[in-house]
Amino acid sequence: MELPNPVLTASGCGGTGRELAQFSDVARLGAFTTRSITMAPRAGRPTPRMAETPSGLLNAVGLQGPGVDAFLQHELPWLVERGTRIVVSIGGGTAAEYAALARRLADVPGITAIEVNLSCPNIEDRGRVFAREGSAAAEVIASVRAATRYDVPVIAKLSPDVADVVAVARACVDGGADALAMINTPVGMSIDVDTMRPALAAGTGGLSGPAVRPLAVRCVWQVHAALPGVPIVGMGGVTTGRDALELILAGACAVAVGTALFNDPYACPRILRELEELLQRRGLDRLADAVGLAHRPAGSQQRTRTDLEESSL
Amino acid sequence: MAGSPVQVTGTVLTTRRVDAYHALTVVAPGIADRCRPGHFVTASVGGPNTSMLTRRAFAVHDVKPDYGGTVELVFGVRGPGTAWLADLRARDTLDLVGPLGRPFPLPRDPCTCVLVGGEYGSASLFALADALQARGCRVDFVLGAPSADRVFGALRARRMGETTTLTTEDGSLGMRGKVTDVLPGVIADARADAVYACGPMDMLRGVTAVAVEFDIPVQVAVEERMACGIGVCMTCVLPVIGDDGVTRMVRACTDGPAFRGERVRFEDVGTIPFDALGAPGGRHA
Ligand SMILES: Cc1cc2nc3c(=O)[nH]c(=O)nc-3n(C[C@H](O)[C@H](O)[C@H](O)COP(=O)(O)OP(=O)(O)OC[C@H]3O[C@@H](n4cnc5c(N)ncnc54)[C@H](O)[C@@H]3O)c2cc1C
Ligand SMILES: Cc1cc2nc3c(=O)[nH]c(=O)nc-3n(C[C@H](O)[C@H](O)[C@H](O)COP(=O)(O)O)c2cc1C
Ligand code: FES
Repeated sequence: MELPNPVLTASGCGGTGRELAQFSDVARLGAFTTRSITMAPRAGRPTPRMAETPSGLLNAVGLQGPGVDAFLQHELPWLVERGTRIVVSIGGGTAAEYAALARRLADVPGITAIEVNLSCPNIEDRGRVFAREGSAAAEVIASVRAATRYDVPVIAKLSPDVADVVAVARACVDGGADALAMINTPVGMSIDVDTMRPALAAGTGGLSGPAVRPLAVRCVWQVHAALPGVPIVGMGGVTTGRDALELILAGACAVAVGTALFNDPYACPRILRELEELLQRRGLDRLADAVGLAHRPAGSQQRTRTDLEESSL
Repeated sequence: MAGSPVQVTGTVLTTRRVDAYHALTVVAPGIADRCRPGHFVTASVGGPNTSMLTRRAFAVHDVKPDYGGTVELVFGVRGPGTAWLADLRARDTLDLVGPLGRPFPLPRDPCTCVLVGGEYGSASLFALADALQARGCRVDFVLGAPSADRVFGALRARRMGETTTLTTEDGSLGMRGKVTDVLPGVIADARADAVYACGPMDMLRGVTAVAVEFDIPVQVAVEERMACGIGVCMTCVLPVIGDDGVTRMVRACTDGPAFRGERVRFEDVGTIPFDALGAPGGRHA
């Protein structure tokens, strides 16, 4: 997958693309990632759906969206017309549903990649999300890979809410994932001490923003160390070029920007500009030279693999 | 849409206290000239390294051409974001995005309009009254709040409106009670053709019920918790009935904040009605 630049929007954070286009050209993004598209229309969760936490945001939107047919009719063509690179994120409740979605997308021109949102509840496993378990995740990835055109990469999007992110990553790659995206939002909760009730109607929600960046850096670091040949799209709290560079040094070859768009609708072009300046100042001509650079042993310019202990205790 | 939104690093021109509220005038060219009555702006709060990630939404109270264009916001302190705004002083900078949302639609022909404001909700009604009067409309005001210090803009309403009726729940100003207690009388006396309302959700529900009773159109400006204000995050939704009769969870920030009152399912705000498009186990139209 060739992208003109390494800064993408994160799934569920860029609307349909039209909203961001009021501020800057979506065709200049590394790629636009759609919200997770589902088979049927979804009304999502009740409100309140958001709560602000220190340097973070809890959300429980519940994949509100128009369903794949309306998406293909009203949302995708607009993005294609503008020459946008499009990563279509998909979400489902069974491996078969993911595969059916992939088949619906297989003949549609203009799709740069399929991202599989594995943080969806598995109907056949009492609602445990696919991303929690390597075999469930791999089954979904394999079924999507089989239904997708060979020249369209399949990206597995991983959750940090697992005991061993490397094991899930490896299972996805074995299942046929061409690349990995991380991290989706870890589950959090906030209680309003005035009403003495959970702040979100759904109780729990996904935590995003700078509050989760250290989690994202750790996940990217561990997975890159274990699977150095697998491209990683890093995300989680990227707000500045420095944040993007941090994930790249950990092993990401591209970054996605989510929550930062809510505060700064121009975040993607700004972060790209800041990243380019930082690379230049460090004498790194090509982005590829920076990918995973933090893994080299201290005091050496050589790139060697460093394993991280499972626990820091 | 009346021009697309822009982000502006504005400079605070003046700050003042108005009873229970703070008013902030900000030099924001580009936003000011695009504003229509009912538009709102969002402010980034907490400074450059803020831990408060989401912008705060505020109705635009006043737009003036001074210094290339200023906007005035009126707000009460609710939490840390509005507390930070209340500490701003003249010459401080403030990062604004706007104008946002769908403004109030205006009647084509001159008619009589009752403008109902609850607490700081009346802030957005004066620009609306200006626009209506410029089209030859008669404007009557009904403003209410729990107490006198939280009724915003009573003087200005008295100056602009054909009539102005004030209500407070504690009786400290005007009639004791709620705006909905006096609204039927005001509509009847003025022979009003339309109602506009801005204020808390409960009030909008009551005002809509009164307007429906009189069989006259009502426009309400709703307030929902917003994370982005520009339509990308899907957190600000409420159930609204579309032209096709189907209820959808629509975004207050881009499909609103102004809606036709009778289309908003006030009883179901905060839920996903079972017959909404895409509701769990519901109709997948
Ligand atoms: C279209 C619109 C217009 C508004 N106009 C005004 C106005 O003219 N004057 C005024 O005083 N207030 C107005 N509000 C409400 C104002 O946005 C909130 O009071 C403010 O966001 C509270 O921020 P805080 O940090 O002080 O409170 P907190 O409660 O600590 O805020 C925490 C989070 O919740 C969000 N939030 C909390 N309450 C609201 C709310 N009622 N609406 C939207 N987001 C909320 C904040 O954006 C923030 O992300 C408006 C809201 C909307 C949606
Ligand atoms: C409001 C909101 C909606 C999201 N929706 C989706 C989604 O539909 N699919 C998905 O895979 N991730 C979704 N995410 C997760 C983001 O894509 C991203 O992985 C995460 O927020 C971390 O990045 P950030 O800190 O830059 O936001 C959503 C995040 C937010 C805040
Ligand atoms: S506030 Fe984000 S979509 Fe309305």
